[in-house]
Amino acid sequence: MESLDRGRRVAGLGLVVLVVAGGLTACSGDSGGDGAGASAGASQAAGGGTYTIWDPYPQFDDSSDWVKLLTQCGTQAGVTVKRTGYDTTDLTNKALLAAQQGNSPDVLIVDNPVVSTLADAGVLTSTDETKIDTSAVSPNLLAAGQLGGKTYGIPIGANTLALYYNSDVLKKAGVDAASVKDWASLTAALEKVKAAGKKGITFSAIGTEEGSFQFLPWFWGSGAQLTKLDSPEGVAALSLWTDWLKKGYAPNSVINNTQTTSWQEFATGDFAFAENGTWQLANAKKTGFPYGIIPIPAKDGGTAPAPTGGEFVSMPVQKDTARYATTQKLVTCLTSTDNSLTTTTTLSYIAPTEQVQAKQVEQNPELKVWVEAVKAAKGRTSDNLGTKYPKISEPMWKAMQAALSGSQPPQEALTAAQSAAASATQ
Amino acid sequence: MKHATQTPAPAAARDRREPAPGRGAGSTRRRPARRSGQWAAWAFLVPVVVYLLVFYAYPLYRNVDLSLRNYTVRSFVQGDAPFTGLANYAKVVRDATFGPALWHTVVFTVVSLAFQFTIGLALAVFFVRNFRLSATLRALFLVPWLLPLIVSSSTWSWMLDSESGVVNATLKAMGLGPVNWLTSPDWSLWSVTIANIWIGIPFNLVVLYSGLQAIPSHIYEAAALDGAGGWQRFRRVTFPLLRPVSAITLLLGLVYTLKVFDIIWIMTKGGPSDASTTLATWSYRLGFGNLLPSFGPGAAVGNLLIVIALVFGLVYIRAQRRQVGA
Repeated sequence: MESLDRGRRVAGLGLVVLVVAGGLTACSGDSGGDGAGASAGASQAAGGGTYTIWDPYPQFDDSSDWVKLLTQCGTQAGVTVKRTGYDTTDLTNKALLAAQQGNSPDVLIVDNPVVSTLADAGVLTSTDETKIDTSAVSPNLLAAGQLGGKTYGIPIGANTLALYYNSDVLKKAGVDAASVKDWASLTAALEKVKAAGKKGITFSAIGTEEGSFQFLPWFWGSGAQLTKLDSPEGVAALSLWTDWLKKGYAPNSVINNTQTTSWQEFATGDFAFAENGTWQLANAKKTGFPYGIIPIPAKDGGTAPAPTGGEFVSMPVQKDTARYATTQKLVTCLTSTDNSLTTTTTLSYIAPTEQVQAKQVEQNPELKVWVEAVKAAKGRTSDNLGTKYPKISEPMWKAMQAALSGSQPPQEALTAAQSAAASATQ
Repeated sequence: MKHATQTPAPAAARDRREPAPGRGAGSTRRRPARRSGQWAAWAFLVPVVVYLLVFYAYPLYRNVDLSLRNYTVRSFVQGDAPFTGLANYAKVVRDATFGPALWHTVVFTVVSLAFQFTIGLALAVFFVRNFRLSATLRALFLVPWLLPLIVSSSTWSWMLDSESGVVNATLKAMGLGPVNWLTSPDWSLWSVTIANIWIGIPFNLVVLYSGLQAIPSHIYEAAALDGAGGWQRFRRVTFPLLRPVSAITLLLGLVYTLKVFDIIWIMTKGGPSDASTTLATWSYRLGFGNLLPSFGPGAAVGNLLIVIALVFGLVYIRAQRRQVGA
């Protein structure tokens, strides 16, 4: 009986295994089916069909101008557009998974530093392949989407960083915002503000990409290059921040500040300056104190190149290349000069082309300083850094945190960062 | 939630021993119906087994697979990552972050458990004597547990903010200097540990409280008659009789604390410069915290955490068995 019992048990176990294996193959069969479904849909697309668009703007629903524009572009191209909005950080992973499963969207609107990573993974088509005209776009913006001489998308708009200032605080401290032209004059201004009993400057130096994004205008503004983090220029930039913290010109909380919490500090009205982006413009009007905006000064004067933010419209690789023709119409519609003004206004971006930038300033003179800043801006993945950038950025923000929290002096922190970056990018 | 369903485990284990002889007798009597009964039993079992395989075994297998291959973004998409054996593990262990992260994990877990357990036990002993409003008070103590972690950790990070936090404001009012709770490498690990202790107390309180209620009162009465004072009753009666419940509480607490991620990530992101990085946050940062994910090493760190938890699980089972044997 014992052996019989065991026999049954084995049989039962075998059954379970079979059922499970069946379930698994059914699953994989399903995904195969999905692929077939997608390509069947693709062949119908010649006469209409549905085209999918993924964007990182979940704040817009179907009644928004943005989605209306997408629908309208679809109608013009003679197809139905199915749009899904994802959270920015989520979108990269979603796009990678979709590419792995072979069901990428037709149009992917994605944050610019991610473009080179996706392109390197073979997820995106180049603009040569899909015949998208990028000639009107400012080269400094386009560079973020270029890898090995090819361009993998077209910017939909750009934003960047500048210095907001609180006019009341500056007046009380006897500082003229126009006098801030280089690091020395900025530091002098901060000293006066502190002497007047107010707080100097707030920024975000958090240990993520956000911190690197905020540090770059100072790093580049000193003349340093990302390929050599521990150059004297780079050390000067980090020392500038570290000294501000030591002297109390910037609060210690910057080490943990995101750009949002840094903005909240500025919104209290105690701070003279805040380093923040175009996207806070609407919030600046709500703070209840007079404010102004100046470009971030470079070390010895002039405007420092700030990193560009904003998304690229890209076309992921499809099995059915016949879809590209229609997709190209959609992309061109979204980025055409006529629609660019609508798009950038809706998304509160600065346009990627000079022609539209001029129109924007005409409509809203307040944007002038931002247009200047965008012109001086630089893509993080530019200079053909591409996928090397993230491997440099991480050691850089670590060094930044080490120096600001006082665990290492700037020179030492950056030397360590440079050797980490060098071994990671080899 | 998961903890609540697992806690009666020791009691169930004890019950199972007793009816065992009876079951054999029953099965011989029901022999004709047995075959169909077996099939039915398997049919009932299949959904659970399928569920376990799909949602537990397969992800675990994938994670092990992920940690044994050299994944880049490119090979992730193309699905042709080369098998590299234990290279990811070697890389992770040799990484400069590994030593500090492991040490932080140990400190975070041990300190959290010690305080959670002590305070939880003290509160449980306090609440076991019923008094007016004791139920209400006990319910209030559950609040930290019921709050979504993102809410409680964001609140902690506001309270501990060095610029505008209420803690520093209080210190200032008391004439003490401000402490950079979240931004100083000397303090950030303590800050997240304090927050974690606060969150973990209710769990310890609830489980130990129910354990205390299971101790028959006549034992206390007998001890009192024998002349045992309050402390002696606690030491000689409560503590030994609570041992099985304490063991499972500590084990569950350990597993739970080892993998704490959200509190640390929300409060400090593991910073400044890795000062509060534990294995859990490091694993996340490797996999998702960078523009360029390194899935392989991330999965390797995750697996190391699973192994550590498993080792303690085995130690627990071993101890349990010895106790039952004795």
